[in-house]
Amino acid sequence: MSDRMRSRLAEGLPEAQATALKQAIRWQIFTVAYTAVTITAVAFVLGNSQAMKTAWIEDMLSLLPQVSFFVALLFMNRRPTPKSPYGKHRAMSVGHLVAGVALLAVGGSLAAEAIIGIVRAEHPTIGTVNLFGYTVWLGWLMVIVMAIIVVGPVLYGPAKAKLAPVLHNKLLYADADMAKADWQTNAASIIGVLGVGIGWWWLDGAAAIFISSGIIWDGFRNTRAAVSDLMDQRARTFDNRDRHPLADDIHEYLGGLAWITQAGIRMRDEGQVFHIEVFIVPGDDAFTAERADEITRALHDLDWKVQDVVVAVTGALPDHLDLPRSADARS
Amino acid sequence: MLAAAAVLVLTGCGVSIPSDPDGTLARAAGDELRIGLAIEPGLIDSGDPPTGPLVDVAREYAASIDADAKWQIGSEEALVEMLEHQRIDIAFGHFSPQSPWSDRAALSRPFTLQERDSGELVALMPLGENALVSNFEHFIDDSGRAQ
Repeated sequence: MSDRMRSRLAEGLPEAQATALKQAIRWQIFTVAYTAVTITAVAFVLGNSQAMKTAWIEDMLSLLPQVSFFVALLFMNRRPTPKSPYGKHRAMSVGHLVAGVALLAVGGSLAAEAIIGIVRAEHPTIGTVNLFGYTVWLGWLMVIVMAIIVVGPVLYGPAKAKLAPVLHNKLLYADADMAKADWQTNAASIIGVLGVGIGWWWLDGAAAIFISSGIIWDGFRNTRAAVSDLMDQRARTFDNRDRHPLADDIHEYLGGLAWITQAGIRMRDEGQVFHIEVFIVPGDDAFTAERADEITRALHDLDWKVQDVVVAVTGALPDHLDLPRSADARS
Repeated sequence: MLAAAAVLVLTGCGVSIPSDPDGTLARAAGDELRIGLAIEPGLIDSGDPPTGPLVDVAREYAASIDADAKWQIGSEEALVEMLEHQRIDIAFGHFSPQSPWSDRAALSRPFTLQERDSGELVALMPLGENALVSNFEHFIDDSGRAQ
């Protein structure tokens, strides 16, 4: 396969990205292992606290982005075939969507459970355990476990947040973003348990509501971002804040070609790489096959994310294209 | 850190952890412990006062908090209802750790009777009265009955 038609993630990945991808995979493995340990640790001290239960389930849900990441990675390296001519890049967005919807659904049901518990004035019971011959209030163990496991996200959150923009990986970014807010979950469950300890039984349910609203918010954001990409919105930056600046670079290049009268592009995010359609209104008799190939080559050279470039010649540009910023002030 | 700070603040205010939202243990200690009993031949036999090895455990527990035992005989469901309405403080009967009452009453950790092969038993207490539950569990630990 010629280098001008990159179609797999692993093909032509620059060194910075290849290293970042390796690091991201290592951090994801670390996260999965760490989370497996915390899920087990929390299971031992779960008791009857709604806040602890909510934090525990959140812990399990936090595995979803990592699982999606690994599954997507398998698919993204598949070559396009006549049967799936755009490749399998969308696997990352599908994983993103699945994670988002799962967060929404589970967060909602946990919030409902917590609210019902408060309305019914269900007093959470936290008894003792016998630890090496000592009778210890289980609440203390909950507090200790939650205080210790807060360390993990502090390590892997920022690490992933640094890698996500390099790889233009929205799933990784969302994952890092969720890890950033993780300490709040731990703090809330500690407050809930201590509340039960001093006899403020409702504090447990209140903490559970706080934690589950965080889950719902994560779910909402992830679902929205994933749906927008699956609906082929124009490519945006990894954090979805802005139109992707690569569009400007492409316009600059196309603007420098004297034989083109007018040009517009359609660039969509396939999960980690971009598919680009270039629409050109050429000057009289100026368009040749060589010139079309030249554009494809040049675009591939602009950025590693550029894959699958299609050049279309047209008499007049459709009016929904992405145009140079001077002609199109929208961002 | 947060926990340690909270503990300092709370102990400074004279709050003990865990404590009872409804103050059951504080009310009963040094006064009167209202004990519900579900008759189970061999474990709890009716009489005045009731007798049996499980009654002895209840009496011993009441003594451990300097309380007089006040007996209340009833069916299991009646006892659970009394717990819910705070008409009794603790209930004994042939309750196992798999008791179906666990969402309406707090189950203690399991204990056994040294005297006979009764299997694992639990006591029922009002939901969320964590000082009382913890105190009772301390008692079964200290008296070597805990499982």
